[in-house]
Amino acid sequence: MTATETHRTIDAVWRIESARLIAGLTRIVRDVGLAEDLAQDALVAALEQWPESGIPDKPGAWLMATAKHRAFDLLRRDKMLERKHVEVGHELEARQEMAAPDLDAAIDDQVGDDLLRLVFISCHPVLSSEARVALTLRLLGGLTTEEIARAFLVPEPTIAQRIVRGKRTLAEAHVPFEVPRGDELVARLSSVLEVLYLVFNEGYSATAGDDWMRPQLCEEALRLGRILAELVPEEPEVHGLVALMEIQASRSRARVGPSGEPILLLEQDRGRWDQLLIRRGLAALERAGELGGLNGPYALQAAIAACHARAHTGSETDWARIAALYGDLVQLVPSPVVELNRAVAMAMALGPAVGIELVDALTSEPSLKNYHLLPSVRGDLLSKLGRLDEARVEFERAASLTRNERERALLLERAAASAPR
Amino acid sequence: MKFLSIWTPDPKTARLPPSKEYMEEMGKLVEESMKAGTLLATGGLLPVSRGGARVRSSGGKITVIDGPFTESKELIAGFAILQAKSKEEAIEAAKRFHKVAGDGESELRQIMEGPDGDFATR
Repeated sequence: MTATETHRTIDAVWRIESARLIAGLTRIVRDVGLAEDLAQDALVAALEQWPESGIPDKPGAWLMATAKHRAFDLLRRDKMLERKHVEVGHELEARQEMAAPDLDAAIDDQVGDDLLRLVFISCHPVLSSEARVALTLRLLGGLTTEEIARAFLVPEPTIAQRIVRGKRTLAEAHVPFEVPRGDELVARLSSVLEVLYLVFNEGYSATAGDDWMRPQLCEEALRLGRILAELVPEEPEVHGLVALMEIQASRSRARVGPSGEPILLLEQDRGRWDQLLIRRGLAALERAGELGGLNGPYALQAAIAACHARAHTGSETDWARIAALYGDLVQLVPSPVVELNRAVAMAMALGPAVGIELVDALTSEPSLKNYHLLPSVRGDLLSKLGRLDEARVEFERAASLTRNERERALLLERAAASAPR
Repeated sequence: MKFLSIWTPDPKTARLPPSKEYMEEMGKLVEESMKAGTLLATGGLLPVSRGGARVRSSGGKITVIDGPFTESKELIAGFAILQAKSKEEAIEAAKRFHKVAGDGESELRQIMEGPDGDFATR
């Protein structure tokens, strides 16, 4: 194996093991920042030693043993400084010898719990939403600062800052490394789901930049969602969110044309939808239903996505049901964006004239003032109604509001197509 | 990115039927990998002699071969669809599988996901 190959293998091992490693170490040192440093040190040791020694048989166990060794060194040094007694060191060493095997067993037993604690600490409400996203991708996804920065089109030092500050905030607030219980669990879980949803959406329709989608973010959110669903299998909204992400992701390869241009839902080649992901999504939605959770906001959105997934052609789509589901959703999460989506579904079910009335009612909504999809939807309905001049103005306005280059190009194309011939 | 892994055991060492311990260990691995989100789908394949066939088209002429096949094809094999961030990660997953599955071979193929086949890596 060449040095490059070894490094790539180490990357892969890190990706698989890092979350469990950091979680297990946080249990020992009770400080997620320190735990990550220790895990990183072990990674550096691997990068130094494995090219010479070869990759160990159980790379995860090797990393854990190396990091734990350093953890105990640190703990012992701290105690010695604290008490300034050498004897204490000996005593601790003896205790450590005895304690170490037990710790191993404890870590093996509690991997799942530790991971879940790490999920909750990374998405803790004391952190800003941006810090939650950065910490989650870093600590649970095993992504480097550079990868996160690239995915969000933010300079690397900005992400590094967010991570450092986030860890400091957690330490200063003495956030305990635990799984919340009862009512708190539900509230805290919704913060976790929000982070995953945010990451997924940023990947699914990038708010800015040259690419219409950033599949790596979708894959990351989906992977973390799948893990979370197994960690808290009794929570219906987790399955709802996973269902939503699986079904949306099933359309990924049909959503982009050969030169990277977006392809809208009704124009997509449905044969390119990933049936495996659709099946997984529908199964997850069923699980949410079995747990009595079909009315949660994520499950409702998943049910809408499922309507599309079940339609073999665009014309088979059950728009009336979709409109009704959006109606339920807007009751739950009143939002003009959801209203806009409901208007689109109503237009599909009952015709563009009905749709335009609903959309026109939203044009005075302050929060939609700079939302490019409002003029985009309006333009679409106007062009269906044959009001091409008005449609063109709307598409042009939508194009001027989006920050995504691919989307802008598509909107300008539609504007040009609406010009009188 | 996703990978299809097709596993064929080594006929010299494969044990039929598999031991209870083997099945337990494999069950544990499958469960863990499913939970980790790295294994999307998996299944065992019966020997070709039990309900398998080969359909071949050559020069527009289609032939169906029911067997017999080489010995290795007569063994129980398996397939898996893996979710991975890189080829190396898929290889790591396959290595872990082989630690339980024993001797044999897994062929990994990346599943095409974009218009030009490398959308996910772009």
